[in-house]
Amino acid sequence: MELSGGEIVIQSLKDEGVEYVFGYPGGCVLHIYDAIFQQQDVKHVLVRHEQGATHAADGYARSSGKPGVVLVTSGPGATNAVTGIATAYMDSIPLVVITGQVPRAVIGTDAFQEVDTVGITRPCVKHNFLVKDVADIAETMKKAFFLATSGRPGPVVVDIPKDITDPNVKVPYRYPEEVNMRSYKPTVSGNIGQTRKAVAFIKEAKRPVIYSGGGVVLGEASEELRRLSRTLNFPVTQTLMGLGAFPGTDSQFVGMLGMHGTYEANMAMHGSDLIIAIGARFDDRVTGKITEFCPNAKIIHIDVDPASISKTITVDVPIVGQVKPILLDMLAQIESLGETFDRERISAWWSQIDEWRAMDCMAYDKKTSTIKPQYVIEQLYKVTNGDAFVTSDVGQHQMFAAQFYPFDKPRRWINSGGLGTMGFGLPAAMGVKFANPDADVACVTGEGSIQMCLQELSTMLQYDTPVKIINLNNGYLGMVRQWQEFTYKGRYSHSYMDALPDFKKLAEAYGHVGMQITKKTDVEPALREAFAMKDRTVFMDFLTDSKENVYPMIEAGKAHNNMVMAPSSKFKADTAQSSLSSASVKRMPDGHKKAAL
Amino acid sequence: MSRQHIISVLLENESGALSRVSGLFSARAYNIESLTVAPTQDPTLSRLTLVTVGSEETIEQIKKQLNKLIDVVKLIDLSESFSLERELALLKVKQNDAMVQKIDGLATDALARITDETDDYLIIELSGEKLWLDDFLSSIEGEIIEVVRTGVIGLSRGERSLTL
Repeated sequence: MELSGGEIVIQSLKDEGVEYVFGYPGGCVLHIYDAIFQQQDVKHVLVRHEQGATHAADGYARSSGKPGVVLVTSGPGATNAVTGIATAYMDSIPLVVITGQVPRAVIGTDAFQEVDTVGITRPCVKHNFLVKDVADIAETMKKAFFLATSGRPGPVVVDIPKDITDPNVKVPYRYPEEVNMRSYKPTVSGNIGQTRKAVAFIKEAKRPVIYSGGGVVLGEASEELRRLSRTLNFPVTQTLMGLGAFPGTDSQFVGMLGMHGTYEANMAMHGSDLIIAIGARFDDRVTGKITEFCPNAKIIHIDVDPASISKTITVDVPIVGQVKPILLDMLAQIESLGETFDRERISAWWSQIDEWRAMDCMAYDKKTSTIKPQYVIEQLYKVTNGDAFVTSDVGQHQMFAAQFYPFDKPRRWINSGGLGTMGFGLPAAMGVKFANPDADVACVTGEGSIQMCLQELSTMLQYDTPVKIINLNNGYLGMVRQWQEFTYKGRYSHSYMDALPDFKKLAEAYGHVGMQITKKTDVEPALREAFAMKDRTVFMDFLTDSKENVYPMIEAGKAHNNMVMAPSSKFKADTAQSSLSSASVKRMPDGHKKAAL
Repeated sequence: MSRQHIISVLLENESGALSRVSGLFSARAYNIESLTVAPTQDPTLSRLTLVTVGSEETIEQIKKQLNKLIDVVKLIDLSESFSLERELALLKVKQNDAMVQKIDGLATDALARITDETDDYLIIELSGEKLWLDDFLSSIEGEIIEVVRTGVIGLSRGERSLTL
């Protein structure tokens, strides 16, 4: 079969089994778009901004486990996509991003819409290619998909000069069955000696914690994690990226850890004698102060990326490889121990954890008549039976969603954990809906974040991807305001947003349903009404308490046992809890200053 | 404790491969003391030698991050075993007898010679270990007009080798 370069790009996608391409046309990709027009298998979704394309493809990938595909033009098309590429890179999400490039003859001449895409994206991709020959397109596409989806996944950019997609130049086409790259051989199974060493530590541990991350979701090892945790009877904490891999409603789950993790999770980490880190990378938002991280613990670290091991925290037993086969190895070894493995050995540890749990660290004021953001998330959980796909933007609402919507399944919680990209939530929700057309999809956002990729409301109407937008509108860039309250004595520098649009009318202008919810008693009925409209996107603007903070909080650079607790929790200000080892607990006063407008 | 390491890398000989290596060093704030690269006898491969300074942990991370680059085929840390290192320098000085005598007076195993001579100028070619070059250059009295150094290259001695 002889095809043009443009046709090869699309035929490669077809051969890869790609269903959707999220993109935006422009001069340098016109030949490719013409090839799209002449076939039906690969469906194209016309976004309203290239950032939206990358986030949508990302949401598609996170929720389905399949790679997301993006097609944008050269120059501004590529630069607009960079934020989304970096977002995917930080969270190890498989994307293949095809960017148009100016014709080979004018590369380097500052041609119209020319930018060094390979140069600009180099630090935020797993790999990138500039294809220089039409005969190389098919193999490069195969490599791109192979790289994006294997090992530690990530985005791959394929930059294609316009002239090699010329419809008049046809070359023989064959899509390779597989590619062999001498320089890229990701490790699959772990070293069995290391696993044995890990099991030896596990047998002896008295205060163990399983610390599980996004790698368990990406590595499809949720089932193995559950089996291992139940076999061991160890407490499980998860990172922001890992939520759902272990059921959030399970009694062995002690909550998320880190900056806005639970008291019990952070105290357990701090008091632990054995940490089993699984597909987690010891991010600074998780570890807090490095020198005081888990001071008495041995650390086992399972990760597919050797560079993640001992990067910030030195570990005792590194195991490099895919999480799933390693957990299976570990399980087999533990099961072979039979009766000699004493599950009751750690009962004192569980009693301690239960004591920490009883402090109810995420308590908030439930009596108030104002709408608390936590309350909205709790009602969302109730109305969706805890089974929705929830995307989020970045800020307080993201933490509230992570804390108050316990996910029981992996790939249900879709958020930008590593890069922290505001504007992610809405296009990501659209991508989730493409991958899961029958599921309930909610985008938890705030009035700040939602305005960063709002234009995708238009795409959502065009392609009929009904999503429920839960806008926790407190009039502030809430997380910035919270930091300013805690560390800048309430000098609210530019965290107040004046002149917000009427979101209800705005949603209606885009052809969707808009709601504004101002009363607490309306929260649940409004959610029920919105989710009953299966085929409509509903923008729900909740006017929430403008002063609510996310608790607990470990301030940047502090240790796990140094948390700021909610005013409504059972902690007394600056009072050492005798039974709670040496935790230092600070309680925030109720009063808040108003912003000077 | 920080120590100097010489890392030898076999790299796909493709455009942009070098910038992936140098970009990695700047993005992650690692030091590069010198970096030298040229194709090998297998034209699809380049061999890159870089000298870096860091603690054991940092060097370990550097090696892991380098290995993670798709274009890096293989690498070794020459500082882990007994290795041979060399650097080449060319320097231009004003014509002077003292310099000619200095070169002539060097031990026969020292790799230094006058490579080019005009009425007014001398170009001297030196090769040896980096420290020997440093010493030689600092011992020169009078003005050095230009110096160019290649950066360090090296090989492991004996059986240990960096091959595919």
